[in-house]
Amino acid sequence: MQNSTYGNLTFSTVKPGEALAKAKNMKPVDIIAAMSDSGMKGRGGAGFPTSIKWNLAAAAKGDEKFVVCNADEGEPGTFKDRVILTDYPELVFEGMTIAAMAIGAKVGIVYLRGEYAYLTKQLEDLLAKCREENLLGKNVLGKQGFDFDIEIRMGSGAYVCGEETALIESLEGQRGEPRNRPPFPVDTGFMGRPTIVNNVETLAWASCIIAKGPEWFNAIGTEKSKGPKLFSISGDCEKPGVYELPMGITIAELLAEVGGANAKAVQIGGASGQCVPKTQFDRQIAFEDIATGGSVIVFGPERDMLTVAHNFMEFFVEESCGQCTPCREGNAKLLEGVNMLREGKCSMSYLKELCALGETMQLASKCGLGQSSPNAFLSIVSNFEQEMMGRTN
Amino acid sequence: MARINKNESRAPRSMQISSFPELDDPKAIGATITAEIDGKDVKVPMGTTILEAAKKLGVRIPTLCHHADLCVAGVCRICVVEVEGQRTLQASCAYPITAPIKVRTYSAKVRRARRHILDLMLSKHYGECYACARSNNCELQALAKEYGVDKFRFGHPSEPLFEVDRSSYAIHRDMNKCILCRRCIRTCIDLQEVGVLEVIDRSDKTRVATFMDKPLSDVICINCGQCINRCPTSALRANDPTDELWAAIDDPKKHVVIQTAPSPRAAMGECFGLEPGTPVTKELNTALRRCGFDRVFDTNFTADLTIIEEGTELLLRLYKALVEKDETVALPQFTSCSPGWVKYLEHFYPDYTDNLSSAKSPQQMFGSVIKTYYAQKHNIDPTDIVSVALMPCAAKKFECNRPEMTSSGYKDVDYGLTTREMATMISEAGLDLPSLPQSDFDDPFGQATGSGVIFGATGGVMEAAIRSVVELVCGIKVENLFDHADVVPVRGFEGVKYAELPITAVGPVPEILAHLVPNWDWLKGATLKVAVCHGTANAHRVMEDIKAGGKFSECHFIEFMACPGGCLGGGGQPIPTSPEIRAARAKAIYAEDSGSEVRKSHENPAVLELYSKFLTDGPCGHKAHKLLHTHYTPRGKYIT
Repeated sequence: MQNSTYGNLTFSTVKPGEALAKAKNMKPVDIIAAMSDSGMKGRGGAGFPTSIKWNLAAAAKGDEKFVVCNADEGEPGTFKDRVILTDYPELVFEGMTIAAMAIGAKVGIVYLRGEYAYLTKQLEDLLAKCREENLLGKNVLGKQGFDFDIEIRMGSGAYVCGEETALIESLEGQRGEPRNRPPFPVDTGFMGRPTIVNNVETLAWASCIIAKGPEWFNAIGTEKSKGPKLFSISGDCEKPGVYELPMGITIAELLAEVGGANAKAVQIGGASGQCVPKTQFDRQIAFEDIATGGSVIVFGPERDMLTVAHNFMEFFVEESCGQCTPCREGNAKLLEGVNMLREGKCSMSYLKELCALGETMQLASKCGLGQSSPNAFLSIVSNFEQEMMGRTN
Repeated sequence: MARINKNESRAPRSMQISSFPELDDPKAIGATITAEIDGKDVKVPMGTTILEAAKKLGVRIPTLCHHADLCVAGVCRICVVEVEGQRTLQASCAYPITAPIKVRTYSAKVRRARRHILDLMLSKHYGECYACARSNNCELQALAKEYGVDKFRFGHPSEPLFEVDRSSYAIHRDMNKCILCRRCIRTCIDLQEVGVLEVIDRSDKTRVATFMDKPLSDVICINCGQCINRCPTSALRANDPTDELWAAIDDPKKHVVIQTAPSPRAAMGECFGLEPGTPVTKELNTALRRCGFDRVFDTNFTADLTIIEEGTELLLRLYKALVEKDETVALPQFTSCSPGWVKYLEHFYPDYTDNLSSAKSPQQMFGSVIKTYYAQKHNIDPTDIVSVALMPCAAKKFECNRPEMTSSGYKDVDYGLTTREMATMISEAGLDLPSLPQSDFDDPFGQATGSGVIFGATGGVMEAAIRSVVELVCGIKVENLFDHADVVPVRGFEGVKYAELPITAVGPVPEILAHLVPNWDWLKGATLKVAVCHGTANAHRVMEDIKAGGKFSECHFIEFMACPGGCLGGGGQPIPTSPEIRAARAKAIYAEDSGSEVRKSHENPAVLELYSKFLTDGPCGHKAHKLLHTHYTPRGKYIT
């Protein structure tokens, strides 16, 4: 798998410091307006409009506010944030600083995936350099009264801590488990204060939007999904790696680009995403069709889809935080079902029951993990039923 | 439950919305919002949860992890409802209404989800209902019935996965029955601030565990049993000695006596379908006799005795501190009748064991009096006496097993029995408690006072002490200070209460105390400062204040009760519990007090007789010290 980029990402066209120099002279409302004009939606996968999140946090009352960068990139098949943090970390820090200007925060926290610990030295060095150059610290870039600094905090390996409220719990020193929403972090976040949690890529794009102007961003993509997006491509294709592609690209177009034209299915959005069969390769990758945080896993003609389902369900049985009943017990039941299918011991009626259970999990789980964990199972069962049934092992 | 400062809670703010908004908060008044639930409109204050709003309409939404005493969890998901415009179902217990909404509480999606959730819980819940202590009083069983569960859709365990932890004298844990609602955790960490239980591991391996998975006897559990009262199933229960007790009753050689505390009498009726707050004291006496107990005594007798001993001890400490200028005297003096509180202090504040009154709890005083004075008086061999205590308490089971509780020469109290266990014995004997004839307690301890009764409610010990101290020291009738001798400032469920009692005049030293102090002149002009707190979370705050040298460090006497509401909310009381139920029990207790002929401990004739005939060297004398006082163990939190 290739981990390096090909050098033609938009990020390479924005000079460090460029965005911040511009933002320094903007009012908070103008920064938020620029985000709004760009049509930017969160790159973590949920696609919540960034300007609305920032605006809510700006309007919320609090003696302190926080900007948190969600760098707990844990979705299976996702590695684009690592590339950004390796090659363009200054854009992320600038994005955090711009967000802080917009909402009135003094402290930023990067919640870094435990497995990315090797990046800390490089990131800390850069933070030190930023402080020297007054890109962080007191009166940033001479902007009177605007103090902002960033600290790096490590995750400890729990997938669920990528969920923003579990991340906040973890930051507060508690067991990483999602909170009830509402209240939302923009109102009651870290230490009970208004907090925005943004994905690494979202923050990097925020810097680009300020540097290049919202119109540039808005001109790319579809009606409802604006801008370019980074994709982590892996699996049965000739050229895996990190790609920057416009939102709205069809699966077929994407597969042609990466050398995966003979795929029989594609998992979009990682383990919590959905499995799309060949017959639907004309669908778009966009918030209005198939949303994703950027993970694309290509399955070639030889792949056994039941093994794929087994792999994903094992992952969720491992990673459910165990808090709510549907996710805690449901994933285990789905995995048990996959094992029964493998042995040819699952009746049609029980499979139907498991699919109904999957739907309950989507509806009744407490957080996004449980709500999306049955997606892969459900989409594989519905699209590859012939492949599932009648196994004799 | 009121606390000094709500914001100090561990629970993140998102879990604290059960206390938001305060209905009497002027800011919330006016900010009302209309919610449509199942087609009916209801106006509620901003921030009210869907669950609360539905309750107002009389719409029942099932719950499991929700509990009126605890912060919000939103984890079991049984209370999910459909909110128009939301993609997913919402947990009604955790969803504050902040905008007009339309809710459906029993749509097809909701019903199917609830059934699935129940099926999933049952797939991990080992055991058969008919072989379970909580059968017929189990929230899971009730829901399974409500939702027509007639098969185990996702299987059912055929073997137990976990060994039952029977290490504790007080509490047994059976994780095979746990459905992970986490009420016990929120009780232990947030309500009681003890923190013995937490979740470990993840996903379907998640379970409730102690520190390093140690047995409950080897961790800092204070045995309060509040977790038992809030467990929806039988995963937590008290250590039940009824089999041994029946065997003792059935043994003709054994003389089985029982003492009953005031709180079980105010709550036992709940186990027989009566409304909370229906006292059954005299029916219970009959029931106990019919069960086969040879004598039925009233713990209030030794509650009065406790007041005399503990009050005398306080006066002696004050004398040493004020007159003899002895700086080593530990003040404030803390009450010691709540064994949960005592163990809490031994673990969390081991440096303060000297502040605990050395007077034993009423239960243990009774135990040593029965096996000495009573045995002698009735010529019974103490080895043939089986002494049982009916208590609202789980920790009393631990207390009676403390090695130091053998001053009679025998185990002073053989069994601590909870209200729930006694109710089962009564029904096993085929008795319908409410319809039994009334009967009185047995002599020689039959006479008790209203002061003994109110030990059952938070503030009761303090009120009893004040009644006696005022009369013994000031030489005036307490009724001159407080109408009907109701010391209202120390009553009620406020988390911590503080009161001052100026001693403007003193009387002569009564005969019973004459050997201890020459006169009371040294107390003239002093102000007695007292405080009352219940629930160890409040005890935590008071103790931290004392450590910091705050206002409570200047108190002379502080009443601590481990359980919310005091003994009436004890860990051995009928399940369920809620603020309303505890308030009703308190009413019953105060009614029994005001109906008592004698209401002051120092006027109890049986107590006075005990001093004149047996404890002849008086309160805090040598004999009293041997039988009625004890010592404590600074345990700390690190247990090897």
